[in-house]
Amino acid sequence: MPQKIFAIALLLLVVGSVWFHLWSPWYLTELASNWSSIDFTLDVTFVVCGIVFVVVNVFMAYCVWKYRYSPDRRAEYKPEDKRLEVWLTSITGLGVAAMLTPGLFVWADFVTPPENADEVEVVSQQWHWSFRLPGEDGEFGAIESRYVTEDNPFGMERDDPNGQDDVLIYNSTIHIPKDRPVRMWLRSKDVLHNFAVAQFRVKMDMVPGLVSYLWFTPTRTGNFEILCMELCGVAHHTMRGMVIVDEQEDYETWLAEQPTYAEILAKAPGDVAAGQIGYAVCASCHGQNGEGNKQLNAPKLAGQEHWYLRRQLDYFKSGVRGSNPGDMYGMAMGPMANTMATDQAVEDVIAYIQTLPDEPTEKTVVGDIENGKDIYNTCAVCHGKKGEGLAFMNAPRQAGLNDWYLVTQLKNFRSRVRGAHSNDAYGMQMNMMAAILNSDEQINDVVAYINTLEAELLKPDSQEQVIASIDGVK
Amino acid sequence: MEYVLLTLAVVMGVVVWWILRQTINVKPWVPAASTEAVDSGGVRSGLDVGNPLRPSKVALGGFLAVSSSIFALFISAYSIRMEYGDWRPLPEPTLLWANTGILILCSVFLHSAWVNVKKQNLGGIKVGLALGSLMTVAFMVGQLMAWNQLVNSGYGISGNPANAFFYTLTAIHALHLLGGLIALGVAFKNVWGAVEFSEIENKVYAIELCGVYWHFFLAVWAILFTYLLNT
Amino acid sequence: MADVIHDAVDYVPPLVIEDEELYHAKTWLGKYVFSQDAKVIAIQYSVTAIGVGIVALCLSVLMRLQIGWPESFAFIDPSNYLQFVTMHGMIMVVYLLTALFLGGFGNYMIPLMIGARDMAFPYANMLSFWFYFASVVILLASFFVPGGATGAGWTLYPPQAIMPGTPGTDLGILLMLASLAVFIIGFTMGGLNYLTTTLQLRTRGMSLMRMPLTVWAIFTATVLALLAFPALLVSAIMMTLDTVLGTSFFMPAIISAGAQTDYSGGSPVLFQHLFWFFGHPEVYIVALPAFGLVSDIISVHARKAIFGYRMMVWAIVAIGALSFVVWAHHMYVSGMNPYFGFFFATTTLIIAVPTAIKVYNWVLTLWRGNIKTTVPMLFAIGFVFTFINGGLTGLFLGNVTIDLPLSDTYFVVAHFHMVMAVSPVLVVFGSIYHWYPKITGRMYNDSMARIHFWCTFVGSYAIYYPMHYLGIEGMPRRYFAYGETEFISSSSGDLNAAISIAAIFVAISQIFFFWNIIASLFKGEKADPNPWGATTLEWQTPQTPPGHGNFDDLPLVYRWAYDYSVPGYEQDFIPQNVSPAEAEKMAKRVEND
Repeated sequence: MPQKIFAIALLLLVVGSVWFHLWSPWYLTELASNWSSIDFTLDVTFVVCGIVFVVVNVFMAYCVWKYRYSPDRRAEYKPEDKRLEVWLTSITGLGVAAMLTPGLFVWADFVTPPENADEVEVVSQQWHWSFRLPGEDGEFGAIESRYVTEDNPFGMERDDPNGQDDVLIYNSTIHIPKDRPVRMWLRSKDVLHNFAVAQFRVKMDMVPGLVSYLWFTPTRTGNFEILCMELCGVAHHTMRGMVIVDEQEDYETWLAEQPTYAEILAKAPGDVAAGQIGYAVCASCHGQNGEGNKQLNAPKLAGQEHWYLRRQLDYFKSGVRGSNPGDMYGMAMGPMANTMATDQAVEDVIAYIQTLPDEPTEKTVVGDIENGKDIYNTCAVCHGKKGEGLAFMNAPRQAGLNDWYLVTQLKNFRSRVRGAHSNDAYGMQMNMMAAILNSDEQINDVVAYINTLEAELLKPDSQEQVIASIDGVK
Repeated sequence: MEYVLLTLAVVMGVVVWWILRQTINVKPWVPAASTEAVDSGGVRSGLDVGNPLRPSKVALGGFLAVSSSIFALFISAYSIRMEYGDWRPLPEPTLLWANTGILILCSVFLHSAWVNVKKQNLGGIKVGLALGSLMTVAFMVGQLMAWNQLVNSGYGISGNPANAFFYTLTAIHALHLLGGLIALGVAFKNVWGAVEFSEIENKVYAIELCGVYWHFFLAVWAILFTYLLNT
Repeated sequence: MADVIHDAVDYVPPLVIEDEELYHAKTWLGKYVFSQDAKVIAIQYSVTAIGVGIVALCLSVLMRLQIGWPESFAFIDPSNYLQFVTMHGMIMVVYLLTALFLGGFGNYMIPLMIGARDMAFPYANMLSFWFYFASVVILLASFFVPGGATGAGWTLYPPQAIMPGTPGTDLGILLMLASLAVFIIGFTMGGLNYLTTTLQLRTRGMSLMRMPLTVWAIFTATVLALLAFPALLVSAIMMTLDTVLGTSFFMPAIISAGAQTDYSGGSPVLFQHLFWFFGHPEVYIVALPAFGLVSDIISVHARKAIFGYRMMVWAIVAIGALSFVVWAHHMYVSGMNPYFGFFFATTTLIIAVPTAIKVYNWVLTLWRGNIKTTVPMLFAIGFVFTFINGGLTGLFLGNVTIDLPLSDTYFVVAHFHMVMAVSPVLVVFGSIYHWYPKITGRMYNDSMARIHFWCTFVGSYAIYYPMHYLGIEGMPRRYFAYGETEFISSSSGDLNAAISIAAIFVAISQIFFFWNIIASLFKGEKADPNPWGATTLEWQTPQTPPGHGNFDDLPLVYRWAYDYSVPGYEQDFIPQNVSPAEAEKMAKRVEND
């Protein structure tokens, strides 16, 4: 009897598996590229393998049922059966060939991109995507990883004429036009990554030291998420980008707004004097010296990096930040930021803020510093071991900010009040990372630890200041 | 990877050929007809009836196959890496030629020890083993001196991939010899106190194994050295 | 003259078995700790492997907690998660399965099944275990060093494996590499033993084609391991040099957290080639012994000769040989020359043919058999079922085109767990139950073992079968959390929670196993020397459990290992050492009836 149950159980598992395959809601996401041939190969394989799975297992269940043990019966004595084995081997060979053949043809397609394909270079680094287009001349400028600096994240060779008109997109979103084949050149600045968009079906690793590629033709407009699919470190799961497939005209509009390398080089630096005048508006809340004001919930600005201030002001202006009703103080910031009408005005104010003295802040948060230190290990991979902020990682400084502001922002990130806007790629990363802080105590702990970093961060500077002032006296 | 594949193809070829030879026409389900015919299905060791190998010789063969795999992998890696633009070959110190000569002498002495085993000449065995070990030590000292020369002339291990490979390969080769030297030491110890050949009669097979081992690593060195010279 | 002496040294007259001189331990320490008896070493290997396997099982439960209910467990941060992933994978593949199948079953089964007294080199065998033990200690130590264990994934891909930004790049990765090196050295000593013993110490009459498939499989797996592990050793050495001395074997010119590094010109893809050159044979190092053990279990409990023994042998050898030319199917999307894809897809799908033959032959052994669904048989048939499933999904991933959407997704995770976790582990359980009476002299508790089977078999299938579909949907593996992604349906979070529940259920149900085998050691019924009526030599030993030296007189082998239900004999099995004359008597009794 138990043996019959076993046979039935095997049969049920087969039926259940087929049922799950046919009726479960989880299957390939809707295709958005020319690679229907990949889906076809997958379907062929499912059919062939499905038949084998059902036939062999049902036969096995039948054997278990039919040939139950009985002391009165003897098993057949048959060491081998050449004919049967030759048959089975041939059928298997045929099935394998049926699956392999379409596979090889599709692969041949995949390794030979069409001649007329548009070219896009995808540049990856730890937990960030950026893109480069060859510009009007259709040629990419030379790049070298040893040229990479904070101001030259692509590692462009400054004097290469081919590079001057390259369009540099240093954020995680790329637009491409619909129905035009595109060849993506893939390169990495640090570790292995993988460029994968589920709806396009294709993916490829990005390997430092070499350039790999893939190609596809997008067949419908929409936003398609890029996920890194090669384990690339602690924040691997937050390494996301977006491919936006546009109609031709929309694409051209977008393209016109993107800066070329020459334009980026030609950009004028901010004017401190003009910035000082502009800063008067800010000073009413953030203080004359940018020291921050807890009563008004205006954080300290002094000591904050140029690139970060720029990004946040842009976000406030465009509503990427400060448009969530949960973010009361952020909402107040939007109109303020818009008082700076031009790019240049923003640059000027930031240039002025850079001159403000970076004074220690008042400590208000109490927490378990040891626990905070453990938690901060995760933060440190982007924000730096000393909380100094790493421009290359697009991660702002933590040490020396108002601790109450850090607490508010961490809570905002955790509750997705901040960072959930679709254009806030970095905020999305913080949303995912802040999720590891699952209680207010944990937030206090980590902020309490960040407080201890301030002294260390300021020390070398203040020591230099001391030395400089002593030298001045002499 | 073609070097690895070549090495493996040879090893696998031997294994598969041997297995097929052993199995192709056998009908295993037919039992032996009688006690006398018990060995008819194949012989005890699977090798020629008259000459079964000692287990230790088989194990040595296995170990040499493992070592071949290691060196083939390194050489494959080397040849893949060599094709990159920044490869700057380093000048092989002429000392390496002298070291090669010393290594050949090692093999010669160990072979002479084995010849003396066959002649039951105890004194000859001792001389062969002593000189063989001495030359091996000399070889390793020579390799260290060659390293020293290179380091002094500015070819450190992290300077260039060619350097890194050179040091790693020579180090792995020398480590193998060092391991062999331990085995040789044991063989030597067994022989040293003996007065009559008959005392050591059932221990001398170790000398043959050492000889095989040294010949093998002489061959490995010859391949490595040729390869290093030509790149 | 010289030739004669040469012969005196080397010449062993034919048909005389040179009896091994056994080392007889005098102290307790020599008998049970630094034992040179293969059976004791086998148990040491097995206990250590299962012990470290429990650690890895706990790690997998922690991972499932995080995946099933993200944001709920404060003690799991992304670094921890990746460390769990890495250590779980490495432990399960190398330190549990490889060690258990070769060190455990290999040591126990090879000498007994071929009629030898012990391994060829008992001392090296003992050292082999202690090297293995040291490697486990080093590995586990890496949890407790500053920075913790490495979190680079079990594949340890550079550059990330040694760059900040990945957990455990201080000491964790070095300890991992050191542990692997020690493991490989230890394994080489063991492996040369298994190889030599199988070749040289077979008893009279035990021709190659009379060997049980277990021995064939473990032998072939050993050959694979001996040739493949060097690739891991070589890459471990090179990566260590890159880390410690700053060489650039695998490290190209790269940026680390915004700063230039001193590396230049190394090739990360080279590492992947070396790693998978080891890694793919490694799959078969685990799978082949499982194939062998399951063949014997099925044959015994179906009371029927294994179907197509010769095909089974050749399939084992063919799979072994082919496994060295398929490695780059792990690298279709690695950025290597994409034209390699054609070659490796073809070789990979060819390997499906001998594998399929093995499956057919297992099922055909059941056909017209006289099947007893004992506990080992349940596990064996369970294995065939999960292996068919896992093998077929391998055809998806092996086919280069389908690998494009499926690579690096949960489909891969589901596939390799089905084929090299669930399947071999079912065989491990089946084999432990099958040989338990011989190893301990006692019988396990049958009903508890059946409960264990049903929980494990159905539970594991419930974990991994649905998981494939998450992968098809595009859910990437090695993600700490998924956040919000358009193409990953929100219901897949529910599925993940369900899978986690199944996983925790399966993990907990292993208590039935441990309770059973430990309690039965003391309370189990005394077992019959040959409770299943098996033909192979290990069941014919004079003592149960077999004593030191295994046999009184070494047995003579007259027949193959699969004389079950031979027509004309009353008993439905004829052990390998039954001579034709003795067999005649059995036959006569039938006639008298």
